[in-house]
Amino acid sequence: MKKALLEVNGLKTYYPVGSKSLLGRQQHFVKAVDDVSFTIYEGETFGLVGESGCGKSTTGRSILRLTEPTDGEVLFQGENLAALSEREMQAKRRDLQIIFQDPFASLNPRMTIGQILEEPLLVHGVKSKTERQRRVSELLEVVGLHRYHADRYAHEFSGGQRQRIGIARALALKPKLVVADEPVSALDVSIQSQVINLMQDLQKQFQLTYLFIAHDLSVVRHICNRVGVMYLGRIVEQGECDKLYENPLHPYTQALLSAVPIPDPSQQRERIILQGDVPSPVNPPVGCAFHPRCPHAMDVCRTTRPDFREAHEGQLVACHLY
Amino acid sequence: MAPLLSVRGLQTYFFTDDLVVKSVDRVDLTLDEGEILGVVGESGCGKSVTSLSIMGLVPNPPGKVVGGEIQFEGRDLLKLSAKEMRAIRGNQIAMIFQEPMTSLNPVFRIGEQMCETIQLHMGLKKKEAKERAIQLLKQVGLPRAEQVVDEYPHQLSGGMRQRVMIAMAMACNPKLLIADEPTTALDVTIQAQILDLMKRISKESGTAIMLITHDLGVVAEMCHRVVVMYAGKVVEEADVHTLFSDPKHPYTQGLLRSMPTLHERKDRLDSIKGNVPIPAEMPKGCKFAPRCEHASEICLGEEPVLQQVGGAKPHQVRCWLFAEERPSHLANPEARSE
Repeated sequence: MKKALLEVNGLKTYYPVGSKSLLGRQQHFVKAVDDVSFTIYEGETFGLVGESGCGKSTTGRSILRLTEPTDGEVLFQGENLAALSEREMQAKRRDLQIIFQDPFASLNPRMTIGQILEEPLLVHGVKSKTERQRRVSELLEVVGLHRYHADRYAHEFSGGQRQRIGIARALALKPKLVVADEPVSALDVSIQSQVINLMQDLQKQFQLTYLFIAHDLSVVRHICNRVGVMYLGRIVEQGECDKLYENPLHPYTQALLSAVPIPDPSQQRERIILQGDVPSPVNPPVGCAFHPRCPHAMDVCRTTRPDFREAHEGQLVACHLY
Repeated sequence: MAPLLSVRGLQTYFFTDDLVVKSVDRVDLTLDEGEILGVVGESGCGKSVTSLSIMGLVPNPPGKVVGGEIQFEGRDLLKLSAKEMRAIRGNQIAMIFQEPMTSLNPVFRIGEQMCETIQLHMGLKKKEAKERAIQLLKQVGLPRAEQVVDEYPHQLSGGMRQRVMIAMAMACNPKLLIADEPTTALDVTIQAQILDLMKRISKESGTAIMLITHDLGVVAEMCHRVVVMYAGKVVEEADVHTLFSDPKHPYTQGLLRSMPTLHERKDRLDSIKGNVPIPAEMPKGCKFAPRCEHASEICLGEEPVLQQVGGAKPHQVRCWLFAEERPSHLANPEARSE
């Protein structure tokens, strides 16, 4: 039986914007994450996809409390992370790690790779220096680098190698859950596949569970077991990866999938081209947030926000069509 | 008929304190009128520097076009004076960049930026120029064109900015549009809009497009012909159908194989081992040899030339595996073990 590792219930993360009222009350918020719920089972890879500004990265950061959530529960092995004190959360981070998108910005240019990889061990109480160094060389080898790389600085590595270092750092404490926030978006195609393969190998080797955040739908299909599609701070569709890609239900998912260019010139297909841009999250449309761009919008979509319900077995969708 | 653009043996080098970086190393390419040519490759392969060389925009120093010729409508652009080049740039050859955020001036209104080009090249008066700007914005499908001309870049979304860039590039009906990763910074749904627009423009106005991208999906959807670049060299060139159905160069094959696809799921992605060589450690022979699974002695020692393979269709490959006159010891190419 599948065992839930992480359960996110009604997660909300709002950013205050603009000026406060006369009484000091915040008037406007960007609802970056607005009532998001999903479950990740042990050993699986759950994908969050969506376009820029849809709240997928904020969701990942809120789970780790790198950004404080406004409301909702994040149950990790049954324990609500959102309710922990700062200190308790710090200790918990041993089990929950993150890989960032930009391998250039996420490594300190003034520290050697060895120091970067040692730091999490130091913070989490590995006292012996030889033990730490042994672990550093072990980590470097696990991600396909060499022991002698420990004495070098980040600028001496290529993008793909830096991302390997980012992965090694995330694995330093043997975490259970790794949030991978666009881990391959900044990499070239030939390097991207190396890193994806590495992540899959490590998952098997260390029984990792991934929350994989990405905008590239092909990559998500390749690596994820289940996927949630986000639009303006909400999940609009969620289900088994294969089912969702073969039979997308939500008009947004359909448009998103049809917009991906296919590397096969002999394939001609009908493309759904959405009109307009993603609306501002400060003032999202009333009713279904997607209705101004939706080709199937009905009257009810303009007034009532659709519930998230099961349309097929294991496939949930928030749309009035179903 | 002579091609619209013909680049021959282009060499663009960058000079640093201790080494010369051959960003573009004897690149040949041609572009016919109305054609969409894709130039693909990974970061640092020289695709952007090729386009900057054509536009005469290579930052000098440290960069310099040191050899070759760029024939455009019968004139060698490299021999033109700065003034003559200015008359062509933005007029007959226009360019759009990857980052619509930084290629618009934040302190000028959209209309002002567009009118500068229009007034300069078409000799229109201010008022006429503004009308032309509005008309162009409408052509690229911007809603509220009358208001947008008086707005600043920060008031527009990424997709809208890229439309403005395209409108500006199309202002003087250029014969050639160079688009350097025009949709890389955009979301997929917006990318679909912009690609659709570029295709329409090319069809309606007969503008040739040189589309520089790393995304093979975009190439497959947009281009007629494709040039694949690696480490400053063209390694393969073919029409788009041939390139995708019958890629010859191990690098092209590797690129195509390493992409995850939307419609089928593989257990494991094929990947190309290693990294793109850094300029200081450029291999002596074939630049791809250290990463190539078919590499043999000769690949490491000598650089292959770009030559025609297969049948009637133009299809050129720079690889010893397809070289007609192969030195005898390569008669039976053995995979090099590492």
